[in-house]
Amino acid sequence: MNRIIIEPGKTEKNYWLDIWRFRELLFILSWRDIKVRYRQTKLGIAWAILRPMLTMGILLLVFNRFVGLNTPNGQPYAIFVFAAQLPWMFFATALSDASNSIIANERLITKVYFPRIIIPLSSVATSLVDFLISMFLLFGLLAYYGVEPTWRLLMLPVFFLLVLLAAMGAGLFVAALNVQYRDFRYIVPFIVQFGLYLSPVGYSISRVPEAWRPLFSLNPIVGIIDGFRWAITGESVILMQLPFWISIGVIVCFLFLGVYQFRRMERSFADLI
Amino acid sequence: MGNNVIKAENLGKKYQIFHQKKQGANTLGETVAKNIKSVGKRVLGRASTSNFTKEEFWALQDLSFDVNEGDTVGIVGKNGAGKSTLLKIISRITEPSTGRLELSGRVASLLEVGTGFHTELTGRENIYLNGAILGMSQFEIKQKFDEIVDFSGVEQFLDTPVKRYSSGMFVRLAFAVAAHLEPDILVVDEVLAVGDAEFQKKCLGKMDDITRKDGRTILFVSHHLPSIMQLCKKGIYLEKGRLRSSGPIDDIVEDYLSNGVNVDTVFEPLHKDNQLAVGFERIEIVDQEDKPTAEFYYKDKIRLKFHLAIRQVKHPYSLFVMILDSFKRRVFAAETAVLKSETILEIADHFLIRGNYSIHAFIHIPQVIQIDVAEDVCQFSVLDSGSEFSRNGNYDYGVVFGKYEWIN
Repeated sequence: MNRIIIEPGKTEKNYWLDIWRFRELLFILSWRDIKVRYRQTKLGIAWAILRPMLTMGILLLVFNRFVGLNTPNGQPYAIFVFAAQLPWMFFATALSDASNSIIANERLITKVYFPRIIIPLSSVATSLVDFLISMFLLFGLLAYYGVEPTWRLLMLPVFFLLVLLAAMGAGLFVAALNVQYRDFRYIVPFIVQFGLYLSPVGYSISRVPEAWRPLFSLNPIVGIIDGFRWAITGESVILMQLPFWISIGVIVCFLFLGVYQFRRMERSFADLI
Repeated sequence: MGNNVIKAENLGKKYQIFHQKKQGANTLGETVAKNIKSVGKRVLGRASTSNFTKEEFWALQDLSFDVNEGDTVGIVGKNGAGKSTLLKIISRITEPSTGRLELSGRVASLLEVGTGFHTELTGRENIYLNGAILGMSQFEIKQKFDEIVDFSGVEQFLDTPVKRYSSGMFVRLAFAVAAHLEPDILVVDEVLAVGDAEFQKKCLGKMDDITRKDGRTILFVSHHLPSIMQLCKKGIYLEKGRLRSSGPIDDIVEDYLSNGVNVDTVFEPLHKDNQLAVGFERIEIVDQEDKPTAEFYYKDKIRLKFHLAIRQVKHPYSLFVMILDSFKRRVFAAETAVLKSETILEIADHFLIRGNYSIHAFIHIPQVIQIDVAEDVCQFSVLDSGSEFSRNGNYDYGVVFGKYEWIN
């Protein structure tokens, strides 16, 4: 029989083991969120297809038709936009859902024990479903425009792992702080809103002056988008260069910061919420 | 017998109450002010907190006790004695501020019926969801699924969203899931108070089974003394956050009941929440001359004086009062709209028979929300000398004087 010792301020010894033990709960909570998300909607799961398609349509209209931007290597602009939209939308939904997740599950926090980290992680997992649906759309687009996938596509999981880590790091960080400082309820939508413009979703990174690129890449999504574009369309601007590594560095920092902040605060969630 | 499964040493829990802190949605102005404050605090150290009165409140202090494997322990104590805080620490929802707690084995806590139920999901789906939240594996739930459904008796509605359930059905289903938990230590708070009497009995029986057959350990908090006495063999009596006594349940309940009488004819909340739209300020028991009294003759009228703090009157709040007998059974109820900050409930003479009584009162919007509660407060007793029944000595002649006539 395992013996648990609880003392003030002492961190759990078998914390990560506990998360493993509660892994089913992680899936169940995401399953709940997915099931509930489209209840009582007329279009139901079709929203998961409509949302990315509409976003792409608008970005295409604005940047390609109105502004007159084109892809450097002559690839269809739709695919160029969609390749960047994949990680961006995943990051944006995962971050907003995760940041609200602890507060939204207040009842669970104050009535039952389980490793709290399960809650924001399950929000991230929920966003994964939208991402997978978007991946199918990508293949549809590739087929529609007659673009042949290359071996580079095999690298996509690596870049996906990066955006997953980025969403987890930022999500954990904000989710924890949001419990005590509800300010983040206002900050996160703001980040998501202007992040779309500060990330090269509708335009190419090559449009950003070279001297600015290291600074620009402090936004971790910049490096990830370059990776996605490279894997899908073959075009890369900063891959394996300094700005790319800056993005990776920011992701790693945020991941550590997020886990650290979350673990530091989670013991007092029930008292603070 | 058996070995220690719970070992608490000098447990304490401190809460800090900020009097200007607001709960729920903060406005932007407050958020900014709070931010400036927290930045200032970081810059100046701890210097600049004087504007916000901070009060320390010990919900639990110096609490040490052991629980052996297979024990069923009832925890009694008045409101604010720290029972729920203790359960929260044992179920690892909140951490103690001082002391040390050792737990052996899997702990499952049942602090609320239907925690995590999602109203949009069907009964079937909620069984899996709730089970997982309470710590069951999917395999375990699958195995017990039929048993759970059977126990709940909501079989026909399994594929209906829970939001269409009646509250009775909801409670049955929620309890059915919880009753099939098989942890090493089960922690149960006042959850049996909901649901109908027959179902409550079924749940108690099930819990009894669990301990007797499998030697599991149960910690049980309830104001309903008969069910504590039925289920538990040992007791812990908390008073103002400290351990008053522990031992065999009969002794503890006796101590609790004897201590409850003649002590508090006046109730004032331990810490008043200034955020509440309407809250209790003070409840007292007086006689017809407005003198505080704890003893009445059956011929006396009994007055309960409620002082309320009314801060907002946006909603139709109402005051609900129940008179409890010494077994904490509800004798009768009275309700009134909250209009004035002082209101008096007068209990008729020739109504309550001899015995000890207390009050359970709450302020609520009927069927919507309960905003403040005073549980089991203001003990008083009714003496009976000279009534038509008194010549029967100690014979138990009911709860109230009946209103009847013999027609010849």
